[in-house]
Amino acid sequence: MIQTPESEKEMTSSAQPSSLASVANAKSPRTQPTKATGTGLETRGIHAWFGKNHVLSNVNLEFAAGSVTALIGPSGCGKSTFIRTINRMHEFIPGAAMAGEVLLDGKDVYAPGVDVTKIRLQIGMVFQKPNPFPSMTIGENVLSGIKLAQLKVDNKDELLEECLVRAGLWNEVKDRLNTHGGSLSGGQQQRLCIARALAVRPQVLLMDEPCSALDPGSTLRIEETIRELSDTMTIVIVTHNMQQAARVSDYTAFFLSDGGPGEMIEVSRTSEIFSQPKDQRTENYVTGRFG
Amino acid sequence: MSNATLVPEARKISTEPRRSDKVFRGIVTTGGLSSLVILGLIALFLAYRGYEVLQQEGLGFITKAEWAITTDDAGNVLESHFGLSAMLVGTILCSLVAVVIALPISVFSALFLNFYAPNWMKKILIAIVDMMAAFPSILFGIWGFLVLMPSVEYWGKLINKYLGWIPLFEVKPYFFTRSPFVAGVVLAIMIIPIITSVSREIFAQAPLDRIQAAFALGATRWAMIKAVVIPHGRSGVIGGAMLGLGRAMGETVAVYTVLNIVFQINWHVLLGAGGNVASLIILKFGEASPYEIKALMAAGLILFLLTLVVNALANVIVKSTGKSGR
Amino acid sequence: MTTTAAPTKPWAKSPRDRIRDFAFAILAIAFSYAFVGVTAMKGKLAYAAILIIAYALITGVFAFVTRGGPAAKDAVIKSCVAIGAILTVLPIASIIFTVLKNGLPGIHLSMFTTDMSMATPTDPIATGGLLHAITGTLTMVLLALIMSVPIGILTALYLTEISGKFAGPIRFLVQAMSGVPSIVAGLFILSAVLYPITKAYSGLMGALALTILMIPTIARTSEEVLRLIPNDLREAGTALGGTQWRTVAMIVLPAARSGLMTAVILGIARIAGETAPILLLTGGGDKINPNAFNGPMGSLPYYIWKSFNAGSPEALTRAWAGLLVLMVLILILFTAARALSTRKVSK
Repeated sequence: MIQTPESEKEMTSSAQPSSLASVANAKSPRTQPTKATGTGLETRGIHAWFGKNHVLSNVNLEFAAGSVTALIGPSGCGKSTFIRTINRMHEFIPGAAMAGEVLLDGKDVYAPGVDVTKIRLQIGMVFQKPNPFPSMTIGENVLSGIKLAQLKVDNKDELLEECLVRAGLWNEVKDRLNTHGGSLSGGQQQRLCIARALAVRPQVLLMDEPCSALDPGSTLRIEETIRELSDTMTIVIVTHNMQQAARVSDYTAFFLSDGGPGEMIEVSRTSEIFSQPKDQRTENYVTGRFG
Repeated sequence: MSNATLVPEARKISTEPRRSDKVFRGIVTTGGLSSLVILGLIALFLAYRGYEVLQQEGLGFITKAEWAITTDDAGNVLESHFGLSAMLVGTILCSLVAVVIALPISVFSALFLNFYAPNWMKKILIAIVDMMAAFPSILFGIWGFLVLMPSVEYWGKLINKYLGWIPLFEVKPYFFTRSPFVAGVVLAIMIIPIITSVSREIFAQAPLDRIQAAFALGATRWAMIKAVVIPHGRSGVIGGAMLGLGRAMGETVAVYTVLNIVFQINWHVLLGAGGNVASLIILKFGEASPYEIKALMAAGLILFLLTLVVNALANVIVKSTGKSGR
Repeated sequence: MTTTAAPTKPWAKSPRDRIRDFAFAILAIAFSYAFVGVTAMKGKLAYAAILIIAYALITGVFAFVTRGGPAAKDAVIKSCVAIGAILTVLPIASIIFTVLKNGLPGIHLSMFTTDMSMATPTDPIATGGLLHAITGTLTMVLLALIMSVPIGILTALYLTEISGKFAGPIRFLVQAMSGVPSIVAGLFILSAVLYPITKAYSGLMGALALTILMIPTIARTSEEVLRLIPNDLREAGTALGGTQWRTVAMIVLPAARSGLMTAVILGIARIAGETAPILLLTGGGDKINPNAFNGPMGSLPYYIWKSFNAGSPEALTRAWAGLLVLMVLILILFTAARALSTRKVSK
């Protein structure tokens, strides 16, 4: 029984408001219940530099609440850099610089005085390679965000189960929550990382090629998880795999760099991007003429 | 069908090296074995010279505290008692004080270097720390004696005043000069660079993707360090501390200049009476009779074995972190 | 395509943040003064301790008010690690300052041209010098180099080029050897060479002990350097039909030249100030002795030790001057090693 049954899904979503309220009480920046299907996210005129190297130019994108947006494009076009500017992970690279605004709920995440750790609680991230904390058990890994940010949760077991169920991992690990994550397969580890990101209840989830290190079976499982999660949050996924973009996303944005900084060429409904792209370069890419 | 898939046995590939290569390999291997030879010879010769004393004193050599020898006018030994216990206790006490002081400071400064310092400052500080590790011990000894000792004795009095009810900090009679605490502080300053650079290297190997994962979950820098860096580097830091311990136990000149050597077991860190095997050798060597020299050789052997064990443990620990550091 | 956007770093400290940090520091200083003034505490230690605690508290409380609990912890830890770094660097600053302050009065030109054969440590500073000590140290270091460089580099070559079945144990033993206390090395030479064979103090005995201490430094640094030489180079050498010997001698070692120099210099820096074995083995003469194989030989550490123990103010000044010369020597060696190793990286 791998598929999450409909009834269980109902149950978990009905269980949410109570535990959510407790998180919100604990000075969490979250105020809106997850049922409100995420929050609006918008980027305005995003540029990015590494040292003198201009890698991303003028990206304006709006991510509708509760939608899945796929970012596609050949390697080196700035997709990953772009999503790392959204949750301010960009600034860890020495020499990094940026321009523009990232608006979450209409508020600029780069505004002076903004607490960056709170931003990252609201905008979760899943990385290319699964990276569970090796020193923690499976259960501790899921709740690690709670511990790291010292959020208060009334019922940790409930939250643990809920996150693992939503990430589609509960049935596989429920009997070994106290073992270390190293025994899991790559796909299971990645779903563990998704569960970990969910535990702090972000409004937005960024996924940076989450399946590129996984086998096709695990990829499929993660795609299912993404579809289910999109009911409750805004998801931005970077992918190299156009079929994946077509399968999971509502909207698709195409990025390209012609030697200079990467740019966002075109964005629209996924079906349109793949069937009737407006830009010739997009058509060349999605039909496999390059990239 | 099973017979059809016959897996051939792997062929043995053998190369007959040319003569010049054989000579080359011979020389290099000989050179490579030199460390083994030297270490073996050290143990052998010290044991050989110290054998007579070790045999006479037996286990008392490490359990008794008395160190005395009387000779007649012709230089014949009339009576001798050689016991190293006070010196061994002193060695351990001084070096433990040193590690207890140096470890937190080193770990903090290694964290500062890796995760807090701006790049330019990091480069300068690393150069300074490396250079400090190369400074000769006589420099630390004389500086410690003339500059540091008065302050440290004052600190000792403060500790005694407020924490004197703890047996370790008891001072009776009221005498603070040249205590194991003073020697420990000087040794701490000498081993801070060692522990700092070992810890820094191990912290720098903390997996970047886990660090990013922690930050992406809204961790502050300290929360990230606690969740990722410290679990990763814990045993390596312990290994580094033991390397420092080994260095502190074998230190001679710096301890000799600041320590009051007394042949009586003393566990009170702040009391001005201590011991140190290496300093004992320097202290007694000048006017030692041939028989006492043998006792000093035996003391050297004990010190050699002690530092060897501590260092070996330290290296095993540091190395095992390097491997499992995923 | 006119992009007017300029790169910014919104995460960097703004001028306002800097002013705030500065204000906090001032506040902490003022608080420590006031606190020490009001209470019965006194002394530099009290000021420093209160200052540290006050700064950590102020930044911690500010972080707590603006950003909550975890941020407060982070701010306090930030103060702690900075103090750790300060405590690491403070002693070296103090050492350099003291050596300069006390050593400079003892430096005069004629000290580099005369020895102590006609003077005692308690004589006025202007008489005598440390030429014998400098020549002695240089002689012993040179002898130690002649013996330890081949052994050290051969060990490194064994570990990297041959990497035979003993490589693991030998790497372990080299590590263990680097932990041998210098006094033990001295005792070993005393028992194995001086007593049974030469029966007299000489520079050579000192050099032998220094060799033991120098081998592990050279071997370990050289091993690291040789490891950095890309394997392609070795394979290119053997693929061209070169023997291993020729590949190592003509390709690997030349490629690692500056790194090996660094290893040698670090080895010298390690032993130049080594005191304990020198005290046991060299006899420490006051006269220039050009012959390392015969007769006691002076050296900088011995000179410093002897002057320090003589006790008079003149003798102490001599000791500090000697320390200054030794320190400058080590600083020069260290800077040279750094310059060489950074050149290697940039290449």
